[in-house]
Amino acid sequence: MMNFAVRIRGLRVVRGPVTVLDDFDLDIRRGSLTGLLGPSGSGKSTLMRAIVGVQKVAGGTVEVLGRPAGAKDLRDRVGYVTQAPSVYADLTVRQNLRYYARVLGAPMSDVDRAIEQVDLGSRADHLVGRLSGGQESRVSLATALLGTPEVLVLDEPTVGLDPVLRVQLWELFHRLAENGVTLLVSSHVMDEAERCERLVLLRDGALLADDTLPGLLTRTGAADAEGAFLELVEKAEREASS
Amino acid sequence: MSPRITLATAARVLTQLRHDPRTIALMLVVPSLLMTLLWWIYDGGVVFDRIGPALLAIFPFLVMFLVTSIATLRERTSGTLERLLSMPTGKLDFLLGYALAFGAVALLQALITATVALGLLDLDTAGPSWLLIAVAVFDALLGVALGLFVSAFASTEFQVVQFMPALIVPQFLLCGLLVPRDQLPAVLETISDVLPLSYAVDAMSEVQANTDPQVWGQIGVVVAFSVALLALGAATLRRRTP
Repeated sequence: MMNFAVRIRGLRVVRGPVTVLDDFDLDIRRGSLTGLLGPSGSGKSTLMRAIVGVQKVAGGTVEVLGRPAGAKDLRDRVGYVTQAPSVYADLTVRQNLRYYARVLGAPMSDVDRAIEQVDLGSRADHLVGRLSGGQESRVSLATALLGTPEVLVLDEPTVGLDPVLRVQLWELFHRLAENGVTLLVSSHVMDEAERCERLVLLRDGALLADDTLPGLLTRTGAADAEGAFLELVEKAEREASS
Repeated sequence: MSPRITLATAARVLTQLRHDPRTIALMLVVPSLLMTLLWWIYDGGVVFDRIGPALLAIFPFLVMFLVTSIATLRERTSGTLERLLSMPTGKLDFLLGYALAFGAVALLQALITATVALGLLDLDTAGPSWLLIAVAVFDALLGVALGLFVSAFASTEFQVVQFMPALIVPQFLLCGLLVPRDQLPAVLETISDVLPLSYAVDAMSEVQANTDPQVWGQIGVVVAFSVALLALGAATLRRRTP
């Protein structure tokens, strides 16, 4: 059981009039890099919020590292980056990270390490509010790298970044996974699929596929992840209408 | 709660403020200017001696209410609050961090305003001047507590600012500054009995009128209101949101 970093059974989330997730199951192995893909509005962020324990859920169980999601002793073991950068615009990059490091009880040496990992060394003493959107979201990402998180939940961390930086960050994610960190990374860009060892495809809150990329391509006969996704959507619709 | 996180939060709030020198200048200088204006209007006479101490109670309450409600609203809307609560931050760490930071600013503000009023404008009080400053700081903390609480009921900065005429002005009208409270219509006097600013202004009047003022009862009421509002504010900080 402890081989799983995340274990979800029968998860049900209702937001206002919409049932975002219903009877949802998912297991994520420790030390794996899982891509969570799907169009916007498919429930990716809601699923991630449930794993971090900040989402009110209507039913089911979410276990992280063998504990209920959001449990007190998980709070410095699970790193979470939201889609909108949640950092202080009126502080510098370094001041932001120093504050979050203190909150986490992480050593101050982590601050410079995290700044380097997201390639913001030359901007360390700039106000976050003066940075570009991509730089700002990297500050938010650096926050999740402080301390020694065992699970990283990253909601669209590479949105708005240039190709070089995206490759660098994916290399960083792989290195972290090799060191035993469990990563769940969401994206609505299908070409990022090839960088994940395992793909979870979501559509309208339902699990469309849960496979490796080669497995997905063989199963659908598509040439790339986007083609496979479209094929699976069509198949689901054919089954629904027949 | 943890002293480490509380102090880190207070230091972070002050660092944010340090990046905004215009706000600091406005917070520290405007009360003295208004006090001077009042002195000019009443030609420094007995009316000034009566009203001056009351204003010393009202400024910190008003100013701290405004800055705290807007600062916490920003934390709620920018996602930083959600991130902090997904980390080891306790609700009290967050609330007391703000109270400490703005309490320190309030102390500075009260020192400056009291020095101007007593030193330059010859405000005449029978009681010791340090008590005026003490009451002013407790009023500031009351403003912080009310601001933290109110920010939960606003979703935009427009709304938060509208809470000022709704919640602060009635207290200003009924606190005894315009008409002594015991000369108000009975219903209004009863209402003024349950408003915290009334007790703050009573305490100031007591210091103004008596060489050996007994104000700890009034201060106790102000502190009790602050604690109750902080507790209510803590209840509005939710780790899990819909």
